[in-house]
Amino acid sequence: MSKITLKDLSHSYLDKQNSNADWALRNINIDWDDGGAYALLGPSGCGKTTLLNIISGLLNPTKGKIFFNDEDITLKTPVERNIAQIFQFPVIYDTMTVYNNLAFPLKNRGIPQNEIDKRVKEIAEMLELTKTLYDRASGLTADGKQKISLGRGLARSDVNVIMFDEPLTVIDPHLKWVLRSKLKELHQKINRTMIYVTHDQTEALTFADQVVVMHEGEIVQTGTPIELFEKPKHTFVGYFIGSPGMNILPCEIQKGIAIVDGVKISTSGEIKQKSNFSKTEIGIRPEFVSFDKDGIPVKIIKVSNTGRHKIIDTECKSGKIKVLSHSSKEIPSGSAFLSFDKKYTYAYGDSKIIE
Amino acid sequence: MSLELKNIEKKIGLKTHIYPTNLKLEKNTINILLGSTLAGKTTLMQIMAGLDKPTLGEIWFNNKNVTGMKVQKRNVSMVYQQFINYPNFTVYDNIASPLKITGIKNNEIKERVGKVAELLKLSGMLNKKPNELSGGQQQRTALARALVKDSDLILLDEPLANLDFKLREELREELPKLFENRECIVVYATTEPSDALLIGGKTATLMEGKIIQYGKTIEVYNKPINLTSASVFSDPPINILDIKKNGDTFSLLNKNVKWETSNIKLKDGSYKVGIRPHNITTYKEGQNSVEIKGKILISELSGSESLIHFANSNTNWVSLSNGTHQMNVGQEAKLYMNVDEFMYFDQNNNLINYV
Amino acid sequence: MNKTINQKAWFFVIPVFILVAFNAVVPLMTVVNYAFQDTFGNNVFMWEGTRWFKQILKSERFHAALGRQFLFTGIILLIQIPLGIGIALSMPKKGIGVPICLVLMSMPLLIPWNVVGAMWNIFALPEIGFLGHSLNDLGFDYNFTQQIGDAWFTTILMDVWHWTSLVVLLSYAGLQSIQPAYYQAAEIDGASKWAIFRYIELPKMKKVLTIAILLRFMDSFMIYTEPFVLTGGGPGNATAFLSIDLVKMALGQFDLGPAAAMSLIYFFIVLLVCWVFYNLMMRNEEQK
Repeated sequence: MSKITLKDLSHSYLDKQNSNADWALRNINIDWDDGGAYALLGPSGCGKTTLLNIISGLLNPTKGKIFFNDEDITLKTPVERNIAQIFQFPVIYDTMTVYNNLAFPLKNRGIPQNEIDKRVKEIAEMLELTKTLYDRASGLTADGKQKISLGRGLARSDVNVIMFDEPLTVIDPHLKWVLRSKLKELHQKINRTMIYVTHDQTEALTFADQVVVMHEGEIVQTGTPIELFEKPKHTFVGYFIGSPGMNILPCEIQKGIAIVDGVKISTSGEIKQKSNFSKTEIGIRPEFVSFDKDGIPVKIIKVSNTGRHKIIDTECKSGKIKVLSHSSKEIPSGSAFLSFDKKYTYAYGDSKIIE
Repeated sequence: MSLELKNIEKKIGLKTHIYPTNLKLEKNTINILLGSTLAGKTTLMQIMAGLDKPTLGEIWFNNKNVTGMKVQKRNVSMVYQQFINYPNFTVYDNIASPLKITGIKNNEIKERVGKVAELLKLSGMLNKKPNELSGGQQQRTALARALVKDSDLILLDEPLANLDFKLREELREELPKLFENRECIVVYATTEPSDALLIGGKTATLMEGKIIQYGKTIEVYNKPINLTSASVFSDPPINILDIKKNGDTFSLLNKNVKWETSNIKLKDGSYKVGIRPHNITTYKEGQNSVEIKGKILISELSGSESLIHFANSNTNWVSLSNGTHQMNVGQEAKLYMNVDEFMYFDQNNNLINYV
Repeated sequence: MNKTINQKAWFFVIPVFILVAFNAVVPLMTVVNYAFQDTFGNNVFMWEGTRWFKQILKSERFHAALGRQFLFTGIILLIQIPLGIGIALSMPKKGIGVPICLVLMSMPLLIPWNVVGAMWNIFALPEIGFLGHSLNDLGFDYNFTQQIGDAWFTTILMDVWHWTSLVVLLSYAGLQSIQPAYYQAAEIDGASKWAIFRYIELPKMKKVLTIAILLRFMDSFMIYTEPFVLTGGGPGNATAFLSIDLVKMALGQFDLGPAAAMSLIYFFIVLLVCWVFYNLMMRNEEQK
């Protein structure tokens, strides 16, 4: 178990850096507590795998330091850091049985055989691999193999952190939720620090207590799944989290009030700052938009039925607005008015929340 | 224009990959093949394209028997999961490639490529090579190449599966628009029910080489002809319960949950019912909400929804509620099922229309 | 839209077709002709049926040559495969060393085979050759033209020098295709270098090694030029492998019938081994 601190971490794959784009990671500062479940969420290329590899020791950062429990481990090897990493595709030793795969890291550390046996059987039970324990590892399905990878990481009782690099990528979509629930269950049982890297918000939000959203090498927001959903501090977080993402509309700010298409929009907080932003926007999630007698005039473009709710695409002068409706109320057609729930409406200046 | 599969069967050795299938696809609709990974979607699509020959049966296109006709002679385009593009050609050459072999003049090629590139937002990237593009852009190039040919049949084999979550959403929204004004038959294979619901069109549910149901997407969703079709078309998975009816009293098999409803015109006896997770919630919904006690197995928060797995009478249930409801593992909780949304199935697992 | 179907490409194949017909098919048919008949020249043939085949299969000389051949191929494989893998493992994976090593490894493969034989012939001459002279200086009584053991030693050494690079290059390619995640996982698991080799590298190189073994088997089984130039099959018959013996019979003794029969038997042995190999490989694939 370990408390993890990342200080001013930056990394570049190039020898010389001329601009921001040459850095894969910029000024990462994180403080993670012992035993928590964390997620690094972001689109492809945002740097999350780079960050993961730096934490696990497979990569040495260009700048900055990493501390495990206040000990500087920046230059230590993965073995010395006592970490476990599960990769995107199952990494198993094909020629060994499931049992030997799970026992492998323990054997390499010289642990006595009877203890190995006990531990392997414990892990197999937790991961529901007991039936196939003596089969050849290469004969299992993709999710079985991933479980073996996971088991190898859990087998060692001295592991500080367990890291997951998009582990459900090869899993059949029908089985993804099974493995997701299992990971969460595991975390609650064994209470070790787990870091999960993904581009899938469902995976991140269901697994982690705290999610770090990354974009182009930087941390954009850190928070609980609820915080990230209800109050995105950056338009990217609003766009990336939630399916569909947040509606972002350009607006004017006059005397502290946001105006879209000539209609005054009440926001969650007062807009006090008078700084000069090059662009100002209003953000509101489709879940908090509703049809009303008054508000922003829109044209209804399309109604999609997902079975459990309806998504309505509308268009106003400033742009497109999506509405998510749970109710079985009739959806107007042609044109209508939309109102926003003030509590969840935010103003953004240069993509950052104004508060 | 229509594509008809007459008694198509595919056997490899002793194993049947596709059971006798009859299907008629019309033009100007997106036909979705929905099923899990080994259901037979790819095999079926390859037979439709002419890349593979059926063991038995005939394929008729526009009332002509094309069984056995090689794919090069048919007018077919295919888009794969893995962004297949010619790595040494620029985007322009990639898109133009199917046109160049037909001997069309260069002016016309330029015009057609330009139009399709604009439709897929690739106009600024025509001079780049595929390895310089992001995943989403590579897949758009593959799509453009498929569209520029003006094929009669366009097959898409899980084209969004390798894209980031958000990109998948965006491309999924654009797809129906791409095929709007074309005189062609589109077939789209996917494992995700939400793809089917958001794209619309018609859906065929597949399981283990058999087409279970084919019809308008929302109808197949709301009225599955049997339990298998209902299970395929549910994500998260549908809850299947055994109930007993005695007059107006209904009860779960172990008799610890009872409720009364009139208006259900069914004979007394035992039935299987299916209820989708979003009809079991932490709050009362609908006019006939029945309370059910459960022991929480795991609660997963996903944006604006909570997926709660709980146990009751030795079965594991899945429920989907709006809002974020954090629950601890092992907690006893009260949930509500909307019994109006039950789908009743007889002993042969076929849907009973009791209205 | 209709695709124009262009059949003109078939015309490009005709020259090759004619070449192959003359160089392969016609000679093969000639051999078959000779294998089943007897002739005194002047195109007069008498049908002999399977007489030559029976003669060859019973002949001690054939058995001896076959035995020598299998022994040679066996030793070659036992040395070259592990040696090749070992060299591939020690080659650098990144940086300027890579092209340098690849070029060094490719060089022995580029030399014409008769030149290889001639090179080693001179190199190993007991009086003036560097190898021969040094060995004699060190106290070994070395003379490959007169001593059987030395002849075998030199022939094997020559073949190892000539062909190990092929195994190296194939193994190297196989190693390069292993994804880094496997090494990373092994590092995290604390595996020793030997464990990494045994549980990751060797299994992942299986396909490539199968091809390497098959190629080396076939080439060494058919070997002719190098040993012929080096030892001429001698001393006596000591290094007369199958093909050398065959040529002796055909051109030396002008026993065309038996020679042709032996050719065909030879051909079938190679075919049989390949078939067995192929089935083993296919069975391995299916097991997965």
